Amino acid sequence: MSEANILDPPLDPPQAAPPTAHAGAHDDAPHGFWSTYFFSTDHKHIAKQYLLTGLCMAVIGGLLAHVMRMHLAFPDRAVPGFGEVPAGTYNALITMHGTIMIFFVAMPVLLGGFGNFLIPLMIGARDMAFPRLNMMSYWTFLVSCVILIGSFFVPGGASPAGWTAYPPLSANVAYSGAAWGVPLWIAAVALEFVAFLMGGINFITTAINLRAPGMKMFDLPMMVWMQLVASVIFLFSVGPLVAGAVLLLLDRVAGTGFYNPGAGGDPLLYQHLFWFFGHPEVYVILLPGLGIVAEILPVFARKPLFGYRMVVYATLATGVLSFIVWAHHQFVSGIDPRLASAFSITTILISVPVAITMFAFVATLWKGAIELKAAMLFAIGMVGVFFWGGVTGIINGSAAADIYVHDTYFVVAHFHYALIPPVFFSLFAGIYYWYPKMFGRRLNETLGKIHFWGTFLFVNVTFMPMFGLGLRGYPRRTYDPRVFAHLGDLHPLQLAATLGTIGLLLSQIPFVINFFGSLKWGAVAGKNPWRANTLEWSVPSPPGHGNFDGTPVVYRGPYEYSLPGGDADWLPQDLAPGRTP
Amino acid sequence: MHLMPVAASSYAGDIDRVMWVITLIVGVWFLAAEGILLWFTFRYRKKEGVRAAYVPGKGFRQTGWILIPCVAILLCDLAIDAFGERVWDTIKQKVPPAQLQIGVEGRQWAWTFTHPGKDGILGSPDDIVIPNEIHVPVGVNVAFTVSAADCLHSFWVPELRLKQDAVPGRHIQGWFRATRPGSYGVLCAELCGVAHGLMRGTLYVDTEADYERWLASRTGVQAVASQPAPQTAPQTAKTGGKS
Repeated sequence: MSEANILDPPLDPPQAAPPTAHAGAHDDAPHGFWSTYFFSTDHKHIAKQYLLTGLCMAVIGGLLAHVMRMHLAFPDRAVPGFGEVPAGTYNALITMHGTIMIFFVAMPVLLGGFGNFLIPLMIGARDMAFPRLNMMSYWTFLVSCVILIGSFFVPGGASPAGWTAYPPLSANVAYSGAAWGVPLWIAAVALEFVAFLMGGINFITTAINLRAPGMKMFDLPMMVWMQLVASVIFLFSVGPLVAGAVLLLLDRVAGTGFYNPGAGGDPLLYQHLFWFFGHPEVYVILLPGLGIVAEILPVFARKPLFGYRMVVYATLATGVLSFIVWAHHQFVSGIDPRLASAFSITTILISVPVAITMFAFVATLWKGAIELKAAMLFAIGMVGVFFWGGVTGIINGSAAADIYVHDTYFVVAHFHYALIPPVFFSLFAGIYYWYPKMFGRRLNETLGKIHFWGTFLFVNVTFMPMFGLGLRGYPRRTYDPRVFAHLGDLHPLQLAATLGTIGLLLSQIPFVINFFGSLKWGAVAGKNPWRANTLEWSVPSPPGHGNFDGTPVVYRGPYEYSLPGGDADWLPQDLAPGRTP
Repeated sequence: MHLMPVAASSYAGDIDRVMWVITLIVGVWFLAAEGILLWFTFRYRKKEGVRAAYVPGKGFRQTGWILIPCVAILLCDLAIDAFGERVWDTIKQKVPPAQLQIGVEGRQWAWTFTHPGKDGILGSPDDIVIPNEIHVPVGVNVAFTVSAADCLHSFWVPELRLKQDAVPGRHIQGWFRATRPGSYGVLCAELCGVAHGLMRGTLYVDTEADYERWLASRTGVQAVASQPAPQTAPQTAKTGGKS
């Protein structure tokens, strides 16, 4: 362990001298409805606020997808419950679906929800390093949600410029027709990033400075590592995007010409700024998703996470590589072909560190004692589905092949296979696993299993046909398939994808019932229903204000399951040597 | 029903080969990974009285089971890179001498194609400018210049495996050699506003004789519309891709 010495926490636990600014707020539980449920600085409340807001946005994003899919399957009929889908509305639907799912579901749920809830609990801290900043992060985020949803109702409707908002389409109202939608979109996304900047600073500071005595960096649960690396990636990549968005807003409202070739600008500048953030963003989402799986697999296989350090180093390598792959989104955009060659190589190489992590997950199952609870099903499902997203990415990543598949349904299929596992499979795995800690009650396992099998089946029914559509040259973002005669015989695939979407949405009903029903009727969970090692399971469910009575002391890593000798097959991180759980 | 449209350009087969080679390589890895995942999941289900093995994955004796396959993945990656790079190079870097020049301009929501006319020179008075219709002889190296009048568009002919974004302020060069007479849909592959989904034209790959006939029929006919009106009614573009 000597190589970890520089990373050791200071001898004095920081909790022993809490910052005075919030000490008072945490010594006493807050009084009153508003300060408990709305303006709480407690990381657990903020986490739930983020989680629930993200889930509500997921419902909106899912329903938007439903309208799109219904329109594509039945283009000459009105969508029940929505009405006709004209082309302009369709473009707004694709834009808002993408924006909501990436920025307003994945990030708030995986980082704002799970990150906020788990980082302090997992490292033995009483709260985040900056609780008020944390609260401000959520409220800024909520304002951005309101602006984004509000943009549906302004004259001209929501932005139809795509979730990437490429100029000149997004920079000129004459091209898009959305006078208010685009500026509001820019404002909402920029505000959201401000919120996550506050969160990211908090996550990094907390994970590095507030670790319990004895907890070395290499004793951190993998979830904390993943959140930490994701936050660092986010902080380094978001600057160029915010700059790009501000320039776009200036082009739009002040008549500047940063992206206007007529005024000496260049539309490609925006693409570089957007994707310099946009691709690392994929890993900002993926890593916390992997973190959730890394916590669950060892618990339900009763085995240590295979190759902990190897996975940490692979994650760091993934984080670094994620900064030099962005131009693979631009192979056919007119960039220098030699640049495309370089980015093709780096893109395909990122498969190596990601494969190390994924294979380590598989190896964790080897010779385990696997219990297929709902959380474990979603965790294994995440690994299985993500493999498909990963390998299809190699085809997109090869510049030559990308000439053909770029901007077809092949890409749509690929990125849904790459994003649904870390966003939704991990999200559900995490909820089935940590719900007892969050709410003190357990979710129903049978409903959970129905939820898993429905989701798993219909994700494939929805997105597998899209590979076929893409291979046949079906362009994405086209609202009327009847225009192209050669796409006519592909209608059965569109229909299958639509039926898959309906099935996917229906499969979430057991989850919604389970989630709200278990608040009242779920079996009461003890401190540690899963017999898990990490620190969040050493406190009551749900944990009280300040999380820990006193300061826990950490003696070992997070995954010491099934150590030879002794009756118990787990060994909590804070259990003093010589004692048994 | 074909898996992909017919390959109708000199490099279409190369691109398809890249896709199939990658599919084959990653397919093997995919099946192996899924197979092992499923095998472990079923084989190591919890049994009464059987304790999990303590395998932390420390030291190369254990991590080698991951790292050695990942070295193999690295080698596969490099092979895919090298193989794809050769094709990319053929399409983007080794541009053969052009026998015909074509101008391609995207605007909301139509393509404008400029043909050189009888004199074979683009930019001369006898240029043939047609909306949404492009004529080339089969087996001829065609150099094209893609530009955009308003926002981004993308010049895409699936059968040729040809796609190039049209960017305002840039004149982006490309080339193709059609190998199969027929008519193919020209699509726009970059979101360009409300009628993006309706923006399409037709590429006619003519035999030498047909091309000459077409050229003769256009002689003396002035370009009618260099600023085509947006399309309103959907028409169907005939393609040769399903023969």
